[in-house]
Amino acid sequence: MKAEALYFAIRNTKLLVGAGIILVLLGIGVIGPFFIDKPPTEYVGMQMQPPGGEFWLGTNTFGQDLWAQFVHGLRTTFLVGALGGGIAAVIGMVVGFLAGYKGGWIDEILNMLTNIVLVLPTLAVLFILNAYIGVRSAGMQALFIGLTQWPWAARSIRAQTFSLRGRDFVDLARLSGVGSGRIIMREIAPNMSSYLLLTFILLFGGSILIASSLDFIGLGPTDAVSLGLMLQQAHQWSAMHLGLWWWFVPPGAGITLIVGALYVANVGLDEVFNPKLREL
Amino acid sequence: MLKLDGVTKVYRIGAFGGQTMTAVDEAGFEIKPGEVVSLIGESGSGKSTIGKMVLRLLPPTSGTISIDGRDVRQMGKRDYYRKVQGVFQDPFSSYNPVFKADRVFAMIREVYFKGVPDKEWTAKIEAALDAVRLSPGAVLNKFPHQLSGGQLQRLLIARALLLDIEYLVADEIISMLDASTRIDVLNLLADLKQRGLGVLFITHDLALGNYISERTVVLHKGRIVEYGPTDAVFEQPEHAYTRKLLASVPQLHTKWEDAS
Amino acid sequence: MTLEVDDLRVYYRTLKGDVQALDGVSFGLRDGEILGLAGESGCGKTTLGKALIRLDGRMKHVGGSVTLDGQVLPIGDDVKMNPYRFKQVSLIPQYSMSAMNPTRKIGRMVRELLESRREKLDLDELHARLDLVELPKDVLGKYPIELSGGMKQRMVMVISTLLNPSLLIADEITSALDVSTQKAVVTTLKGFRDRGFVKSMIFITHDISLTNQLADTIMVMYAGKLAEKAPASTVVNAPKHPYTQLLISSLPEVGVRYADKRLTGIPGNPPSLLDPVPGCRFRDRCPLAFEKCAEDPPPVEVEKDHVVACWKAA
Repeated sequence: MKAEALYFAIRNTKLLVGAGIILVLLGIGVIGPFFIDKPPTEYVGMQMQPPGGEFWLGTNTFGQDLWAQFVHGLRTTFLVGALGGGIAAVIGMVVGFLAGYKGGWIDEILNMLTNIVLVLPTLAVLFILNAYIGVRSAGMQALFIGLTQWPWAARSIRAQTFSLRGRDFVDLARLSGVGSGRIIMREIAPNMSSYLLLTFILLFGGSILIASSLDFIGLGPTDAVSLGLMLQQAHQWSAMHLGLWWWFVPPGAGITLIVGALYVANVGLDEVFNPKLREL
Repeated sequence: MLKLDGVTKVYRIGAFGGQTMTAVDEAGFEIKPGEVVSLIGESGSGKSTIGKMVLRLLPPTSGTISIDGRDVRQMGKRDYYRKVQGVFQDPFSSYNPVFKADRVFAMIREVYFKGVPDKEWTAKIEAALDAVRLSPGAVLNKFPHQLSGGQLQRLLIARALLLDIEYLVADEIISMLDASTRIDVLNLLADLKQRGLGVLFITHDLALGNYISERTVVLHKGRIVEYGPTDAVFEQPEHAYTRKLLASVPQLHTKWEDAS
Repeated sequence: MTLEVDDLRVYYRTLKGDVQALDGVSFGLRDGEILGLAGESGCGKTTLGKALIRLDGRMKHVGGSVTLDGQVLPIGDDVKMNPYRFKQVSLIPQYSMSAMNPTRKIGRMVRELLESRREKLDLDELHARLDLVELPKDVLGKYPIELSGGMKQRMVMVISTLLNPSLLIADEITSALDVSTQKAVVTTLKGFRDRGFVKSMIFITHDISLTNQLADTIMVMYAGKLAEKAPASTVVNAPKHPYTQLLISSLPEVGVRYADKRLTGIPGNPPSLLDPVPGCRFRDRCPLAFEKCAEDPPPVEVEKDHVVACWKAA
């Protein structure tokens, strides 16, 4: 099975292109900051410099290095995506596995909880939470996103668990005296590993998008630079009117590339795992 | 002796469980050590539900299942499964496709034989495989899809034998096997009687039940309509339903037209 | 002859290479004949059934021909086969429960199906046939979900034979049914033939006892090849191929008890059809195998209508 998936994986252009873009951007975000000795918010030079040899992406109206901001922003954006997506995936899995495997009243209670969070107007809640508690760090932002994004993942994992629970090998594990937790972790989850990976990728992309929107409307972290915050500042200081395209195009393209590449890779992975979608 | 007494299973169905459906209605019969009892019924007769209740995968709504006079609910599940085991219909669904087939043995070891040294365990597995006439080299360390249905079902019987069980629930275990291999699995089941094992053989196929069992229970819509020694049930069926079933069975050497 | 199949070869494409699922099978089918196609899983019986009506994406037509009523069927070409399907060759699928579009009322579905074949719906004839399978006329106004499993099965049987096809293929249609329903389905199929709704029929099943209730001729396949073909009673009572003999003797019947007469199966498993070694494909499991079996045994007509592919039988 594994070898077969690999065979199709290295032949799937969608997956290769998507994963390639993500890896390059991730590489810039992870390694890039080590090559920039000054903090990204420091005023380093001339104001409103177009891209050039000294400042690769130019400077903004304050004379801040936009390449430094972009590189740090990428890092924050990936961090928020991974954390937010990760938290949502963990909650979604716990709720989905428990509800699907246990059934009965546990299922009903968890289902109710899922539905309540699902119909919450996420953005409005985040707005209110931000206003009252104040999200001032990227970590807090990720936590809020994670806590609101899990319901659909929980629902689909529940449905899959429910169908796997009826398979004879689960009954056989029960006949071997194995407990529920171990059955979920060691019998059911391995059968949906590919699906869980896809779920995480989608949650990852979703978190980045939400984080960027929050940043853009001014609810971003104050202790970091992110691609969304760059966009927000560019907007706030009329970069468009001043013709400073190098201020808003890179962060905008960065977000679009990350999210787009994630979806393309996701479609590719889906084809790899799902024989019905494979193009022969 | 494994005994069912007034065992009933009622399912709640419909929105908010407003309606009920009786899958098994007051079923009572017994299995003695060293005998095969076949439980015959068509789809929806409740035969698999009875099997699952005996295996404690489903709780009965009312009635009791007991072993040697002791209500099974008083036994811990781990102790119970040492005595009572099951094999199911679909050999491919009985194995987790992600793992190697012999993992069913490892699971037993993890729960029941943790302290047993490797060498002793290997010997135990070889003895169990020998009892189901499989050679270790042919089946160990393989994925389920690399083995045939017959081999997989034998492995599951070997798995049960590791536990020195007293009773085995065999739910349609050969219905998905090919004709040329199924009879050998059936013979194997019959041979287990000599070890003093009691077998509940659940099937829809009357010829198979007739071939292997000492006693027969015929189930129709959750109710036992006929229960007795196998020759009596097949030679002088009392209930109209049993007679109808017998008349519908395709017989190799008799055509339906000639029989009626 | 309604149908003539000549040296038909259909392989499955897989990552590891071609699986020779159907490897040179020839047989004929007379008008009014019901052929029971029997064998174990992987013997090629389903591949043969599919090859006569629709190859799925992984199957490829490697060689041989199929002639129906004097016309050569373009079985390798999905589009060119379309005019033949349903009119000349029809299929009752194994899972008739899911064969019907759940969002259409049955009557409308039948009409649309006929329109797609540019045929007029003869309502009286349809009603007569529903009557024959004991379905009320008002099923046409119902959705498939409103019918029970047995009713759906009968409905699909009526639909697939509505245009009086020359050849009807029934692939394992009884394997999921209870014995009493099985009997009803088989009796209905026989009635279809007797009334001339279908000229001839191929009934595919793994259950020889059931095939014998219906078929005039039984063809036993093994590992992609024809093993034996003879009138049903000959296959059951006096088979010549060692595989058929062993298979028949492994079947328990009501009245045969383990304690009195211990039946035995056939040891071993069928060979892999991915690059099989030449020669008789049964020889590893055959008690009669000798040197000659390393060569492919050709199907030989040992007596009238009795074809056996075995060196020992010829």
